[in-house]
Amino acid sequence: MARLELRDIAHSYQRNADYAVKPVDLVWEDGGAYALLGPSGCGKTTLLGILSGLLQPSRGRVLIDGRDVTALSPRDRNIAQVFQFPVLYDSMSVFDNLAFPLRNRGLGKREVDTRVREVAELLELTAELPLRASGLSGELKQKISLGRGLVRKDVSAILLDEPLTVVDPHLKWQLRRKLVQIHHDLRVTLIYVTHDQTEALTLADQVVVMNAGEVLQRGTPEALFERPEHLFVGHFIGSPGMNTVPCTLSDDAVLIAGQRVCARPSGELSGELHVGVRPEFLTLHQDASRGVPVRVLKHRALGGSALFDVALGPHTLLVKTGPRQRFDVGAECYLEFSEGRTHVYRDGRIVNGAV
Amino acid sequence: MLWNGRDVTREDVRKRDAAMVYQQFVNYPSFTVYDNIASPLRVQKQLDRGAIDQRVREVAARMHIEPLLSRLPAELSGGQQQRLAIARAMAKGAGLVLLDEPLANLDYKLREELRSELRGYFGGDERAVVYATAEPREALELGGHCAVLHEGKLLQHGLVSEVYATPSSEQVARIVTDPELNVFDVTVMEDRVQVTQDPAITFPRSVGLPLGPARFGVRAHDLSPEPLGPGATALRVQVTLEELSGSETLVRARSEGGLEWTAQWQGTHRAELGETLSLYIDPSRVLVFDRAGSALRGG
Repeated sequence: MARLELRDIAHSYQRNADYAVKPVDLVWEDGGAYALLGPSGCGKTTLLGILSGLLQPSRGRVLIDGRDVTALSPRDRNIAQVFQFPVLYDSMSVFDNLAFPLRNRGLGKREVDTRVREVAELLELTAELPLRASGLSGELKQKISLGRGLVRKDVSAILLDEPLTVVDPHLKWQLRRKLVQIHHDLRVTLIYVTHDQTEALTLADQVVVMNAGEVLQRGTPEALFERPEHLFVGHFIGSPGMNTVPCTLSDDAVLIAGQRVCARPSGELSGELHVGVRPEFLTLHQDASRGVPVRVLKHRALGGSALFDVALGPHTLLVKTGPRQRFDVGAECYLEFSEGRTHVYRDGRIVNGAV
Repeated sequence: MLWNGRDVTREDVRKRDAAMVYQQFVNYPSFTVYDNIASPLRVQKQLDRGAIDQRVREVAARMHIEPLLSRLPAELSGGQQQRLAIARAMAKGAGLVLLDEPLANLDYKLREELRSELRGYFGGDERAVVYATAEPREALELGGHCAVLHEGKLLQHGLVSEVYATPSSEQVARIVTDPELNVFDVTVMEDRVQVTQDPAITFPRSVGLPLGPARFGVRAHDLSPEPLGPGATALRVQVTLEELSGSETLVRARSEGGLEWTAQWQGTHRAELGETLSLYIDPSRVLVFDRAGSALRGG
């Protein structure tokens, strides 16, 4: 296992065309679990291709343990890959499929046998070892593909590109559980590409969020939730996403529709300003002692929680509450903005020093 | 099948005053958004040009696609294409609008957006809307009445909120609950209720609950990390997976007797794999069924 580093990497598919991946520096520490998360077309698969060596970047360098590998092929980089669709030899048995990467590297018979059985045990594939791969379900085949990625002990990292695409929605969480367990037990460096926030946040210690070729934030799942550094991150992560409301400033406060919602961040602020606050970090009160006056527009009971649409001046905000909180549609009540979880954004980016 | 008292069982679909929206985005590819919405009205030949124009703009505004009227369907995103299909069904002014999992093919952000708008699309007029879905969340957001079907049988019919709160059977409870319901066998004793597979977990016996075997159902959000009131049942579990969906945390865990539990909490929480936790259940939130699955008491 190894430490992977991207230094000033950028890529465009044609000369003089827009960057599919804008200039970025990223470090993947040894043994970490990372996710690359973003909507389709955001550049995450391009970045993965650059890491694996399937794609030569237009600019920048790729380092593995400090060694420049930019010009090396995937094989020489020692990186294992698992793709969206299972890549297996249908005519071979499950055992031979798992053994293939090892035999390819010239390992002895006994060593191959031991390792294959270890990985099969880990993935609960022991019973399937003698079977031909062709007749198996998509989920089992994808498990075997994963096993092929894990079977070699000397790989630098395992890259997974939306590996649960073919898996039945009801079985997905079981494979997610397997992946988390494997990372927990083996501490392999995992880099996982997905557009699904649940997969990304569940599997990764660190998540890299991309949109339109740009890395917008890297951080823990908690950080992405509590302190999105970009409006897009606030919108994309969380369901429903973060409220985004235009705001103005007074000497010491941030105002929405003339009402004070939080303290003013320090420093000179020009550009387009927004307040970003998640529906979970807003609280509704009956009495006027806390919060700003709002009117309830809509109520939706969702079983485990409830959503209220409330009007603050001309703006609508979404508030998430417990399942049993009651406010009638049309009622006047008071909206409290959580300290420290209400952020100010200038031209889409978070302003540091916001309360 | 009766339509306002008239037998329509053998009547052709075109005469039935119904409009349909499918999972796939079905629009006329060579028509603009405007012409797509206007087409059923032109076929009907009941409105003049001005009235059609007014109706098209009205429906387009309600579906948030008014700025796109001159575009072709291929120039729209998936969400916009499905809004257009719904707009065409609405424009027709049919007495009955049928929607078959219209959000199934959208990615999650768009699904979330359209789901939150659903009630606004259909509210406030006389028509009946029947919306078929496999997602409890969509039924809850749409509100109104719901019919729960399983293997071709109608299991329960009523207000969505009532069906959710008091499902008539374990099967109904499972269908209207997401993430999946925690269900387990129990034995009702004189002084307590004991979990069969895990006798260390006990509940107080509630009034009127007959002695003997029963089944309990607990929703994931009712398995909380802290006791929410006196008399809460505590269980010790070992975490087997923690899943974060952005704003919610799903904890999968196993209790000593080997029962699997799913808990859902607001916000992001960190639970380590293999960590031992206490979970608490408010007994008044438990759904109770007999061993055959009929409800004995709602939560």
